[in-house]
Amino acid sequence: MHDPASINGHTLTPEEQTGLVVIGAGPAGLAAALEAARQGFQVVLVDENPVPAEVMADDIPLLFGGRMSGAARNRGAMLEAFIASDPAIAAAFDAGVDVRLGTIAWGVYGNGPSVGWLPGPVVGLSDGVRSWMIGCSRVIVATGRRDMGLAFAGWDLPGVLGMTAALRLACRYGALQTRCAVVLGTTAEALDGARQLQARGIQIAAVIETAAEPLHPADDLPLLTSRIVCRAEGGPDGVSTLVVASRGADGVPVAGSEQRIACDTVILAIGAVPVIELLDAAGCRIGFASERGGAVPLLAENQHTSIAAIAAVGDCAGIWPKKSCDPAIAQAEGRRAVSAEALPERPISALDSAAYRLDWVRATVLSAENVNVCRCEEVTAREILEVRPPRYLNWPDDRRNQLDLRALLGEGPPHPDQIKRLTRAGMGVCQGRRCREQVACLLALSAGCGLGDVPLGSYRAPVRPLPLSVAAGREDPALTAHWDTWFGMKSQYVPFWEAPKHATVATRDAGGAVASE
Amino acid sequence: MSARGNSVVIVGGGATGLSSGWWLAQAGVDVTVIDKGIVGWEASGRNGGGCSHHFSPLFAEEQRLWPMLDALLGYPTEFQPHRIRVAFDEAQFNLYATAMRNAARQGFASEILGGTDIRRLVPLAGADAFGGYLYKFGGHANPHRTVQAYGWALQDHGGLLMQHCAVQGFEQAGGRVTGVRTDRGLIGCDHLVLAAGPQTRYLAAQLGIDVPMVAARAEMIVTEPLPLMPLGGVDGNGLYGRQTLRGNLAYGGGPHEWVEVIGNTVPPRASTPLMQVIAGRLARLFPRAAHARVIRSWAGIIENTPDGRPVIDRIGNVTLATLSSIGFGLSPASGRAIAELVQHGACGFADLSSLRLERFAKLEQDWIELQGWQVAAGAGSV
Repeated sequence: MHDPASINGHTLTPEEQTGLVVIGAGPAGLAAALEAARQGFQVVLVDENPVPAEVMADDIPLLFGGRMSGAARNRGAMLEAFIASDPAIAAAFDAGVDVRLGTIAWGVYGNGPSVGWLPGPVVGLSDGVRSWMIGCSRVIVATGRRDMGLAFAGWDLPGVLGMTAALRLACRYGALQTRCAVVLGTTAEALDGARQLQARGIQIAAVIETAAEPLHPADDLPLLTSRIVCRAEGGPDGVSTLVVASRGADGVPVAGSEQRIACDTVILAIGAVPVIELLDAAGCRIGFASERGGAVPLLAENQHTSIAAIAAVGDCAGIWPKKSCDPAIAQAEGRRAVSAEALPERPISALDSAAYRLDWVRATVLSAENVNVCRCEEVTAREILEVRPPRYLNWPDDRRNQLDLRALLGEGPPHPDQIKRLTRAGMGVCQGRRCREQVACLLALSAGCGLGDVPLGSYRAPVRPLPLSVAAGREDPALTAHWDTWFGMKSQYVPFWEAPKHATVATRDAGGAVASE
Repeated sequence: MSARGNSVVIVGGGATGLSSGWWLAQAGVDVTVIDKGIVGWEASGRNGGGCSHHFSPLFAEEQRLWPMLDALLGYPTEFQPHRIRVAFDEAQFNLYATAMRNAARQGFASEILGGTDIRRLVPLAGADAFGGYLYKFGGHANPHRTVQAYGWALQDHGGLLMQHCAVQGFEQAGGRVTGVRTDRGLIGCDHLVLAAGPQTRYLAAQLGIDVPMVAARAEMIVTEPLPLMPLGGVDGNGLYGRQTLRGNLAYGGGPHEWVEVIGNTVPPRASTPLMQVIAGRLARLFPRAAHARVIRSWAGIIENTPDGRPVIDRIGNVTLATLSSIGFGLSPASGRAIAELVQHGACGFADLSSLRLERFAKLEQDWIELQGWQVAAGAGSV
């Protein structure tokens, strides 16, 4: 017998069932899906592209920065452009892969130490109208990358976007509204992206590096090194000028060194971040690997995560310079998750992404006064580091705010989830995608610990915002009667003046509904 | 490490343990709260924030303390008074009357609301609300902010808070607990308080005390912010929760899942597709918020005793405290009660006799199976 009010003894029935679900139709996901189909597996390949224009306007899932052209509002044209931009998508259709574009995978679930009511791995899907569960025997996550945010005055203007978003708009959708851009950063992704955009006729006004030397040679690009980003200026149409200054030996702008660069777009490319949201939310073990782009899943040689039924391939499994410039590596990872293909190439670059990102945040974000690092919830760097309650509480008492993070939060590295709970930084509708790497850097700089010592702020399903009406799912009618009494225990809510002297199962008042609380 | 003089060690940095520590520190007691992780990381920071527990002997004190808690602590809790409960049919309406009757007996008023009243007071409600109640008591607060406020206020009064400090065992002499062995050394004590949530049973067992309990997992969701309703504490339709002062709808409910707690660890707080059912119920509770986007779901692990009632009891120089899955809202009062038990051996402001451990003296050995609280066979496999 199971407690009838519990879910123990019930099993979820997914709306549909397949063999393998591949999430993400980039090079790695497509390679995995094609290889699995070739081997005769039943494969469903989902990809959220094309993303509806109104979703992109909220910087979901990438930092689109409002630089979508009018074409982005034509869903049919976007779908066509997206399919045409990679012949492997058509090949997947032809190979019998059940390809579903415009479909969000917002959660990956399975049984585990605290969950036993699922039939096996299940993936939450949505087409924007409804959501449903698909059961499967395996999941391959190929969710790619996004861009680290960087707060400076004016970074909330239209026209400040991430390099991944710029390339998505320019190369996959044909919908980037940019004529002249400044690129921040000299990562492989920054320089490769700048060249791709140049090739599409976009003028690159400058490539800014905050360090004295670029990470990679950039002689073909208008490079400015040892610079601090002061502010972006512009109006309702967006950025018109980026103001930079020379970075003095003390790390602060050299007086009188300000330089104004005319541009309509500023592209953030200081950090390509593996999109691990679904993996972390599912409970896969995550580690910090500076040479792989930060927080990444811990993987076996066959790309499997710590949860046997879930594999990770492509950029979400780790990003390094050569992989960013050669899709063959991601494709090999995709195939390897399905078959016994030889070990794909591992990172050989010595890029310390953590040191690089910390330096940018130290130069630009740490000292930015009155600039919201968390734009959704309007929290500045100072408010984050002083763990201030949100401004709308109008809390007058500042007596703790002069203390350091250790005094505020206790021993151990400061946890971004503490900051989120107390300041709300990262708690907004963009689900922390714009600020979370910056918050981690700020905490590391302030606490004097390594970026890898700062715990990973938790990811939670749904990893894309889902309207209640879309998220709503079927209710098990056998459990409906129990919702009104939390835990279904009448004895819990018997008023204390009526509580029996002895509590036994035989004498307890178990029957009937009672209102909890 | 030398034993500290006249000291109380509290194991568990949740709402109950921290509130107890804060009350003791205010009274000048040398108190240390230890937690294996970060304050409020478990159920105390993962609940609906409600403060309306009309069935509890601590209800009157809960009601007295919440409105003044920000001032007492010196930090914001986001407490907001009063509560509305919306019923969608006569059965729910009759069910929810219990709170009104229980509160009335203790001197707290309620108003009965018709469908029209609901639509006026609850702008997000729709046409199908049958009726409900406006409870002129209770309310809600922000669990994260409140738990941290207890921690900071405890420190402000000279109490010590040790996070990331796990208990390894206890030192005993002459039938008394004399110290707590932790991974950061031995902490001497004159009195021990166990307020460790689902781990309380494991820890108490090391002292030969059986506190019967089983842990379960429960889930909540939160939406993006919406314009503030006049009163944020609106629930019903089988859900509990609140509109936060920021405007988010944070709601939970639904079937729990019994889980296994091994030793001093907490299983991962995984959320599940139950999120979809909570979302559907919330969309029905607030049809005018059906467009609001869910941005997170989460789960918490909470313990329950066989009858679902708390244990707040003192045995020798050990005080046991489990609030049996309903701890956050009662925490201002439970902490004060525990502090009085520790200092005086009895609580002077509430009758805690219904919360004694000895009520389980005749409990069946196989109570877990008899009540069906055993963990499902499928758990543990992926």
